[in-house]
Amino acid sequence: MLRYSKAKIISILLLTLLGFAYAAPNLFSETTRERIAASVPSWIPAWIVPHRAMVLGLDLQGGSHVVLEVDENDLIRAQVASLREDVRRILRETRIAPQGGIVALPRGLQMRVPSEADRQRLLLRLNELARPAGNAILGTPGNSTINVSEGADGLIQVTLTDVGVTDRVRRAVDQTIEVLRRRVDALGTTEPNIQREGAGRVLVQVPGLQDPQRLKEILGRTAKLQFRFIAEGGANPADVDMIPSRDNAGQPVPVERRVIVEGEDLTDAQPAFDSQTSQPIVNFRFNLRGAQRFGQATSEGVGRQLAIVLDNEVISAPRIQTPITGGQGQISGSFSVQQANDLAVLLRAGALPAKLTIVEERTVGPGLGQDSIEAGTLAIYVASIFVALFMLATYGLFGIFANIALVVHVVFILALMSLLGATLTLPGIAGIVLTIGTAVDSNVLIYERIREEAHSGRSIISAIDAGFTRAFATIFDSNSTMLIAALILFFLGSGPVRGFAVVFILGILTTVITAVTMTRMMIALWYRVARPKQLPF
Amino acid sequence: MRLIRIVPDNTKFRFVRFRRVTIPFSAAISVITVILALTIGLNFGIDFKGGTLVEIQARSGKADVGAIRQEAESFGFGTPEVQEFGNSGGVSIRFPIQEGGEEAQGTVVQKTRDVFEKDYEFRRVETVGPRVSGELVQSGTLGVVLAIIAVLAYLWFRFELTFAIGAIIGTMHDILLTVGFFVITQIEFNMTSIAAILTIVGYSLNETVVVFDRTRELLRRYKTMPIEELLDLSVNSTLSRTSMTATTTILSLVALVVVGGEAIQGFAQVMLFGVFVCTYSAMYVSTPVLIYLGMRSARAPAPAAPAPASDRKKAPRPAS
Repeated sequence: MLRYSKAKIISILLLTLLGFAYAAPNLFSETTRERIAASVPSWIPAWIVPHRAMVLGLDLQGGSHVVLEVDENDLIRAQVASLREDVRRILRETRIAPQGGIVALPRGLQMRVPSEADRQRLLLRLNELARPAGNAILGTPGNSTINVSEGADGLIQVTLTDVGVTDRVRRAVDQTIEVLRRRVDALGTTEPNIQREGAGRVLVQVPGLQDPQRLKEILGRTAKLQFRFIAEGGANPADVDMIPSRDNAGQPVPVERRVIVEGEDLTDAQPAFDSQTSQPIVNFRFNLRGAQRFGQATSEGVGRQLAIVLDNEVISAPRIQTPITGGQGQISGSFSVQQANDLAVLLRAGALPAKLTIVEERTVGPGLGQDSIEAGTLAIYVASIFVALFMLATYGLFGIFANIALVVHVVFILALMSLLGATLTLPGIAGIVLTIGTAVDSNVLIYERIREEAHSGRSIISAIDAGFTRAFATIFDSNSTMLIAALILFFLGSGPVRGFAVVFILGILTTVITAVTMTRMMIALWYRVARPKQLPF
Repeated sequence: MRLIRIVPDNTKFRFVRFRRVTIPFSAAISVITVILALTIGLNFGIDFKGGTLVEIQARSGKADVGAIRQEAESFGFGTPEVQEFGNSGGVSIRFPIQEGGEEAQGTVVQKTRDVFEKDYEFRRVETVGPRVSGELVQSGTLGVVLAIIAVLAYLWFRFELTFAIGAIIGTMHDILLTVGFFVITQIEFNMTSIAAILTIVGYSLNETVVVFDRTRELLRRYKTMPIEELLDLSVNSTLSRTSMTATTTILSLVALVVVGGEAIQGFAQVMLFGVFVCTYSAMYVSTPVLIYLGMRSARAPAPAAPAPASDRKKAPRPAS
């Protein structure tokens, strides 16, 4: 067992070299790393050339971690409203008037149609509304988004199914991610991370941000823009909404329910200054459809007030002087420069499909992050020196072997994390320090076993051999139980805690390699060269 | 060079003999811990309780804690906990969770920033709403329970049920005492604490498995040795390894406590406590408890015992 072939020795050395190579980029500056990455010829897969460094977690480099939740009730309300429109259309087309009209339910509608013939006619049409949820190919039959059921006394209920709601939430999260990405990109920060979390949530991570409050404002705004006429006296109250107005100190003003043009018909929005008042404004441009509708409405409504409604607030209501047919316009509303800027960003990025709520926020300033890195690095050095000295003092030459393996072990962790693009967090640094303590455990197990075997009268070579073989079962079992705990932590934790789990898992894996293979090789070589008569400890 | 030995060779301590003391003692402490946890309670951080945590540092290097407390109390967001830390003007302010759902939490941060931004640098701001904190409690508890079940299954598969139960009893003991440490020190209990507990679970099992592994081996070798003697031998023969590993781990953790920075100190202190408890419990709880679980040496007078044969395979022979 102690005979190592040349090929084996070379491959172990090569592996170690690779470890150092892949860990090295962590010492380089970002520009050097980018230059290395850029100089890789295209026929080589980029990861082969070491250029990646570990990603620093937000707790180390500073930044904001915000979790937003899509408002399910908001989505259900919108869905029920559109369902109501559909049902109304069908009732019109089939010329059926339900007894007592359409009654709203929390998740749907119900109506009473006593006539059997009418009811069957209606049910046939209503069932057309119920289409399968999600992907038409994957959607299993029967999983419809809408359920149409018939009750006693001619009662018909049209309700959203759970599948339908889940499906809608899922799509809303997809849309939300798109919109948020456009918004955050417009802030010009580096490498934001936006991803789905759980069923109805979105995680936004923005490193190194100067103004976290502004980020939250930009993320949380629905940014639903509408152009509607201010209702004139004598309008039917059923067609009028009372909406708070910014001009009017928050007092509601009557606005027609009919929407002329919506934000989705905008093609561009830019902040600017009004040429006369030099107030900050937002210039916008419509697409063809928006321009036509806007042109028509402003032609018919010269002299009327046009309300610009943003997220259920009238931000201004200018009077139409002349028809606006060019498809361009401006929004004024006593903005500050930044407000105009942000509004332009929000309008360009589009509206969110539903209201978003911030359910979790964690922001770390750059100063704290830097302090943590310095303290953590110091702890790694101090711990390494302590442990190395102790191992040297206890095992002498074998302690040196273990210490070399320990260094390689830490380098392997760094190399693997860089290669995988894993995130190093503050608990992750603590994990590295902790594995420095536990990594030598495998070596200790082996050495103690060797000692015992030697004491029971074996020859030195046989003791070494038996020590490695017998200790391996113990190393395997004890590391497996550690690994189980670490894996559970990985799947359960998020953010910094997950960073700890990653380090711990990698640490367990590399320690087995370094302690078992590498020290064994060193001992084998030592034995071959020194031909010792007794153990050095 | 003269080398250190922490533990002399061939110790013959009679660990198991103390079981009539150590096991009731450990059981009593575990029960006391539960009582303490229920009466005094853990100092739950915002991860589990919800609320807002703000860490600020005086730009001048000197914080006026009294003024901050007074100011923060006047916000009307409930009674804030204001604490000074470090020695360069660091202050943490913790606001309880606000009534009115998720949106209400945001106003706390806004207000705090408006008031303190001028004189203090905002080093950390964390807000956890009621829904998320509820879920974190669930996933934290789930994690610890899952870990115990998974490890029980693994040990059952690799050893046998008695060993698995013994190991789990030791681990539960370690978890309980760690929780007790949290209660007594009032170190904040948050998601990182769950990480600490799971790491202690890992370490505790690691310690126990090393001893049990030896027990398993000795059971096969010495079929007639009385179980008490056999368990003592298991602990004694792994004693030098146990103390070595405990020492290196403690050295690393001490480094972390002393120079690792404030943010990680709580974690490191808890781990340090955990290493002591795990080392104790592997020797004095999970090993002797095997006797109470009915472990006997040479259980079966076994006419057909294949064990010695398999052991003989590993008999000394010259290395090839």
